Amino acid sequence: MNYHWDWLFFFQEADDGLMYYQWVLFGLGWTVAVSLTSLAIALLIGSVFGVMRTTSNRWLITIGDAYVDVFRNIPLIVQLFLWFFVLPELMPPKIGLWMKQDLPYFVTAVIGLGLFTGARIAEQVKAGINSLPRGQRFAGLALGFTEWQTYRYVRLPMAYRIVLPALTSEAMNVYKNSAVTYAVGILELYFQYKQIIEKTSQVLEITIVITLAYFLVAFATNRLFAWIETRSQVPGMIVGGQGGK
Amino acid sequence: MRKSLITLTLCLTTAGIAATARAELTGTLQKIKDSGAITVGNRESSIPFSYLDAQQKPVGYAMDLCAKVVDAVKKELKMPNLQVKHQAVTSQNRIPLMQNGTIDLECGSTTNSVARQQQVGFSVAYFITSVRMGVRKDSGIKDIGDLNGKPVVTTTGTTSDGLIKQNEKGKSINVQNLYGKDHADSFLMVESGRAAAFVMDDILLAGLIANAKNPGDFAIVGPSLRDEPYGVMLRKDDAPFKALVDKTLIGLMKSGEAEKLYTKWFLNPIPPRSVNLNFPMSPALKAAFATPTDQGVE
Repeated sequence: MNYHWDWLFFFQEADDGLMYYQWVLFGLGWTVAVSLTSLAIALLIGSVFGVMRTTSNRWLITIGDAYVDVFRNIPLIVQLFLWFFVLPELMPPKIGLWMKQDLPYFVTAVIGLGLFTGARIAEQVKAGINSLPRGQRFAGLALGFTEWQTYRYVRLPMAYRIVLPALTSEAMNVYKNSAVTYAVGILELYFQYKQIIEKTSQVLEITIVITLAYFLVAFATNRLFAWIETRSQVPGMIVGGQGGK
Repeated sequence: MRKSLITLTLCLTTAGIAATARAELTGTLQKIKDSGAITVGNRESSIPFSYLDAQQKPVGYAMDLCAKVVDAVKKELKMPNLQVKHQAVTSQNRIPLMQNGTIDLECGSTTNSVARQQQVGFSVAYFITSVRMGVRKDSGIKDIGDLNGKPVVTTTGTTSDGLIKQNEKGKSINVQNLYGKDHADSFLMVESGRAAAFVMDDILLAGLIANAKNPGDFAIVGPSLRDEPYGVMLRKDDAPFKALVDKTLIGLMKSGEAEKLYTKWFLNPIPPRSVNLNFPMSPALKAAFATPTDQGVE
């Protein structure tokens, strides 16, 4: 294979006056912004729906189950297209036009990615709560807690600790899934990857750099969650919580 | 020890003689002769250059031209039964697949650019595309100046953004750049009103418009922001093979056969849906046929 290696192209000026390594950095910035915002949305929504599904209210359970089933069974890219292309057409023309022309694409992207990831987190939160012995809720109620207070002070603090390893995976996945948002016009890392290939044809160098960049953000998240896991351990409650070490 | 050294020398000399005996053949031609097969890289949806018809067979203007090149290779190597393989490629993998020897020539819609010439070689240009604007007729956009403040879409992984700024009239205006995942997405952005214009190769715009629900709603307007030559992609620094490909293509251009193929694919109904692109030959392409060149675009 007679490949023409040229690592220095990263320091060449592109046609917008920036250098290619700056394109990579901007892309990385958008990737992190999209991922962290989506993750925040997902944690919030996932917790709400996860809790809803463990209550005794039939309606709340049905709504929670429906959300998880819909959003876990449709491919992420299709979901993004539904938000991006289909939803504005279903709206009244004025709102549709506003969504198409004034609403930043970032908002569409993080809502799409956030709801997708939220469905997966809802499943984990539910599993975490259901793994607790029923007696914990009863004990809480016997102490005079309301139903909500048993969640707030008894069940959720334990449930989150139990599912922290699964949440770690989800937080790492969100970075990798964020690559799909290039399809709705986000100028993130994968977008810059495709642009740089097209402009410079230095496929291997840029592939190596982008691979490392994704690895680093995902791995940093892994280490961060491992640290949280260690710090939030309740001695004697969960056996073997070594913080992913 | 000494004996084995002599044997080794003998072996090397024999190998050397064997090598000189067929020294006329190098690079791709040698590879084709040795393997008894030539692999043509085709695209799957570069209408009308190289795409799959209803039977999933690669067809198109570039495929027809490459069939002539393959005929010339058969003749040159005196191998009438040479096996011809097809390998689908994408705009992302075509260059690596050329470099690692998976394909021997690529017949699609690849712009011959100076940057790509660092990696691969190109034949003389068989098509010249101009980057222009695809708009909705009811938008009233006729020229670049009309784009001021408007959202303009291009496709991710193409080089069309930035061209507006380089145009004389475009210098004083500001546009909002949007990016579609592929050409169909970018066109949908114009169709649905997200973007005011789609800046892209005019032939691709013509193909998208011809296949739209109401082709009459759209128009290709504005000056050419840049002319880009399409060439058959070859391996880099393979002079004998390139000479053969160029000779064949130039022959077709001079004999008028290339123009006949052009008429077949650009001015007549083509498979799979019998759509007519109605895309007459541009002055730039006529010039490229009259004086063939393999110069790349910056």
